[in-house]
Amino acid sequence: MAQPSELISSLADKYGRQRESLLPILQGVIKQERYLSEETMIAIAHEMNLPAADIYGTATFYSFLEYKKMGEYVIRICKTITCSMKGKNQIILTIEDMLKIGVGETTPDRKFTLLQTNCLGWCHKAPAMLINDEVYTELNPEKVREILSTYLKK
Amino acid sequence: MTREYNLKRADFIFRNENDWEHILSRTLKKDRRELINELISSELKGRGGAGFPTGLKWKLTSESEAPQKYVICNADEGEPGTFKDREILMKVPFKVLTAMAICAYITGANNGFIYLRGEYKFLQHDLQKAIDEFIYYCNDINFKFSIDIFMGSGAYICGEETALMESMEGFRGEPRNKPPFPTGQGYNRMPTVINNVETLAHTYTIFKHGAKKFYDLGVQFSRGTKLFSVSGDTPKPGIYELELGMSLSDFVNDFGDGDTKAVQVGGASGFLVPRKKFSETNIGYKGKLTGISLPTGGSMMLFNSTRSMYNVLDNYLEFFREESCGQCTPCRVGCQQLHMGIKAVKQGQKPASYLEKLLKLTETMQYTAKCGLGQSVANSFSSIVENFREEMIY
Amino acid sequence: MAKKINITINGVVYEANSGETILEAARNAGINIPTLCYHKDLCVAGNCRVCIVEIAGQSRLAASCATPCHENMEVYTNTLKVRTARKHIIELLLSEHNADCTRCYKNGNCELQNLAAEYKIMSEDLIPLAAYKNYSIDMFSPSIIKDDSRCIRCQRCVRTCSELQGVNALTVAYKGDQMKISTFFEKSMNEIVCTNCGQCVIHCPTGALIEKNYIEEVWEAIADPDKHVVVQTAPAVRIGLGEELGLQPGTRVTGKMVAALKSLGFDSVLDTDFTADLTIMEEGSELLNRLKKVLVDKDDNFKLPMFTSCSPGWIKYIEHMYPDMLQHLSSCKSPQQMFGALAKTYYAKARKLDPEKIVSVSVMPCTAKKFEANRPEMHDSGFRDVDLVITTRELAIMIKQAGIDFPKLNELKYDRIMGVSTGASVIFGATGGVMEAALRTAYELVTGREIPFENLDITPVRGMKGVREASVIIDNPLAEWKFLDGVEIKCAVAHGLINAKKVVEAVKNKDAEYHFIEIMACPGGCLGGGGQPIPTNSEIRDKRAQAIYEEDANLPIRKSHENTEIIKIYNEFLEKPLGERSHHLLHTFYVERKRH
Repeated sequence: MAQPSELISSLADKYGRQRESLLPILQGVIKQERYLSEETMIAIAHEMNLPAADIYGTATFYSFLEYKKMGEYVIRICKTITCSMKGKNQIILTIEDMLKIGVGETTPDRKFTLLQTNCLGWCHKAPAMLINDEVYTELNPEKVREILSTYLKK
Repeated sequence: MTREYNLKRADFIFRNENDWEHILSRTLKKDRRELINELISSELKGRGGAGFPTGLKWKLTSESEAPQKYVICNADEGEPGTFKDREILMKVPFKVLTAMAICAYITGANNGFIYLRGEYKFLQHDLQKAIDEFIYYCNDINFKFSIDIFMGSGAYICGEETALMESMEGFRGEPRNKPPFPTGQGYNRMPTVINNVETLAHTYTIFKHGAKKFYDLGVQFSRGTKLFSVSGDTPKPGIYELELGMSLSDFVNDFGDGDTKAVQVGGASGFLVPRKKFSETNIGYKGKLTGISLPTGGSMMLFNSTRSMYNVLDNYLEFFREESCGQCTPCRVGCQQLHMGIKAVKQGQKPASYLEKLLKLTETMQYTAKCGLGQSVANSFSSIVENFREEMIY
Repeated sequence: MAKKINITINGVVYEANSGETILEAARNAGINIPTLCYHKDLCVAGNCRVCIVEIAGQSRLAASCATPCHENMEVYTNTLKVRTARKHIIELLLSEHNADCTRCYKNGNCELQNLAAEYKIMSEDLIPLAAYKNYSIDMFSPSIIKDDSRCIRCQRCVRTCSELQGVNALTVAYKGDQMKISTFFEKSMNEIVCTNCGQCVIHCPTGALIEKNYIEEVWEAIADPDKHVVVQTAPAVRIGLGEELGLQPGTRVTGKMVAALKSLGFDSVLDTDFTADLTIMEEGSELLNRLKKVLVDKDDNFKLPMFTSCSPGWIKYIEHMYPDMLQHLSSCKSPQQMFGALAKTYYAKARKLDPEKIVSVSVMPCTAKKFEANRPEMHDSGFRDVDLVITTRELAIMIKQAGIDFPKLNELKYDRIMGVSTGASVIFGATGGVMEAALRTAYELVTGREIPFENLDITPVRGMKGVREASVIIDNPLAEWKFLDGVEIKCAVAHGLINAKKVVEAVKNKDAEYHFIEIMACPGGCLGGGGQPIPTNSEIRDKRAQAIYEEDANLPIRKSHENTEIIKIYNEFLEKPLGERSHHLLHTFYVERKRH
């Protein structure tokens, strides 16, 4: 894994150092690190000649630009109306039981973080969840257990 | 109440025609003004939900003088209950790309963007491949145009066009003051056409088959077809292309589970229609002479009698209080007050009459919020509270 | 000339300028529309929505601050619909606000409180939200307290910190119900790039950003019979204080202020003007020395241009943002700190006082001075040089607490020693003033003649333009300064840190060749400082500047080197500028700080 400053300068080389490159760069860091640390944001501020506070303000606006330490796999359960109607709570209970963490928490081995999120756009196949960028739909407790087992083996 | 229209299915958007190269090169040879007039005469209105006339938007942008113009495809599909845009981009991306190029040709833009919501990241790879192929062809026919994907990062409000532009410029996705409008000052303060994915796909139909074909579908003020994202208590959830102007009772007859209590038209920012109003409600844009017309981005969520309307409203309000950008008072504080207010009534900490206070508050939100998000919270709130008042209290 | 258009407001036709907003047109027509997020110094945000009006033909209400007028527009500012909506918005703001007004520092000077009073918001319908938010108060900075529970998210502070100051210590963070004004990772104001300039404080409509006040500490010192409490007053306080005490902006209150301070019980009322003049002597000499080292000796250890160092907000700014440029800063302490170091040495000795028993208080138009007095290196007298710093506003509070009828006070004179002022030191309070004072003295030191400007008014360095330039050609200097013969001394003046940034960048990129640059952190200089009365805006700054130049014109001595007490202190104590004692007591060093 590259050092944060190396990663950031390579992202900045790729996307540019103008303000409009900020989101792609933040997304690039998330892809590798799963979250934006204080040091990372400082390094971005330095690289792009932007105020660090501005980067913090911008990052915290977006739900997917996490600024707290995340696990390797971030599980986001859709909590909006249809998923909520179609058994989202069951899904959460199943995952909580399997991973022994609550919503908002990360497993001690930093492998999984469990979060809820707003509408994922899979209402016709509710309930749905994301694990990092992968979508899983029409979930039920069994299916979730299966999916998680494959991640646990990774 | 006279029934004006029956449910009519259509198949334009997803019909895989594989003729985009032909349509593109043919259209790029036509006169720009004629193309705009064609589009205007189709009476196509924006399919994201707001319903602004598409032809007029393109015309205004084409008339703006500027060193640079942009075409943006709004694929920040975040309205609860909407998922059609993803299907379009997955199944018929070339229609959208072709429409963007035609729009660029008409308006004088050189650069296009697709703002793709972060939740659809898995689409990025295939879409990029389609773009590469498309741009290769554009180069081939000597049409100078670029299309880049800009990924969102999880913010419903970025579907609002000026918030989307702020986001693309690297800022918090906060809606701007309007005027100026994007047709004059959009992305990077340059004239910009920003259209919903589906709107662009319809323009493909119009440029291919002519405006008349489109205009002949639907009803007065609501021409053409529309994709509907159907979910909730229905035996057949999915995406359906239907002619506009249908009555809600016809819709429920077709899609309901036999026990439909209410339908949420237009997602969380739309209206909840109770069973007793199905027959007088039509799905289309304002201007019809009889009945109620509800414009919609295409989200149709059905609820049967097992569902608590209090829970539905509670879910929407939680959504809005989290997804409001937070900059303007009525939306930021209003959403919190509405959400906590219905809880307080439900739990008996506030009297039932407090609902009236909250209804007045939503009126203020509607009149004074800076953008469509805060303005439309009143829609679901008032339609649920007024029609299911007893469920809010007991 | 802007095109004129007609606009109808509440049924009456008015002429407005094309491009003007509805708010501007209405205010020009004498119709007030309430605002909160709007501030004349800042760009339009349009987010509080208090200024909404009805436009004929539109069902939605428009934010008048953000909506341009157009021909034949019909606007209504006070319909039932507008009033209802406006009351709702005020109610909403109050519901999210810690409205425990009697326990708020801004009680009585709060724009939200005023609006609530105006609209008679009596209902307690809405759910108080502040209680749910678990905000803690940031009290760690010696200058500024940030209390999020009092914040209405108008973002005036964020825009101030970015647009006027280019510091961007504050940002809008999170969204939805979590949205708030934050620093980088919610760090304390003491741990970040904040310069303590206090511009956020004078632009905040509520009690969310306030100065850290030391009023009780000052009262305690005064009440302690063992202590000898000296107070110094900065140049800009005398032209601002009146505003807090019922007088019009631009009223000069020097004599009344001295009388009030004596009446409060200070043992000795002295003038920072004295050390402002001393600064000119030291800084002017330093500049001449640098010119010689650079131009004649080609000594790389000395850098030109030289930046002034009176403004502690500016000092902290350059320490954070341009640590590689610190050598360009004059090593002179600010007048406040020179005064502090002398109060417990020179003054103590002359008045036969035990310096340990002296409490040195300063009244400043500035919040950054609180930080400056707290810097660990500011102990050259052997004690903390300046013990307590209060702002113009805090002094006004003390005067009110003491029951003094300020406008009726008889004017009194400063005590001696360290109480003599000159016109040169008074103008320190305005942007360009240090430059003007320095030129008056330096030119005369070098040539033996007065600077060739009518009435000594060096008008090119005056005014409110963000960056101003001036140059003086040295003609026929005295023998000692022959190397300057014919040299054009190029100067620049910048105020507001956003303008400072422009000048520093120009110097850094070698786009501009200057010898001497005056920089003040606050717009307008100290007269617009973060410790000055609220409101402060461009009109008020202009009036205060006018008062400062009047004060200068009316003083018998208008050049620092002619200040009788300055001559005396060099004769009796310091010997000469840049001498051994000066070096020890009056000069300082700077530290590199992090950029976030």
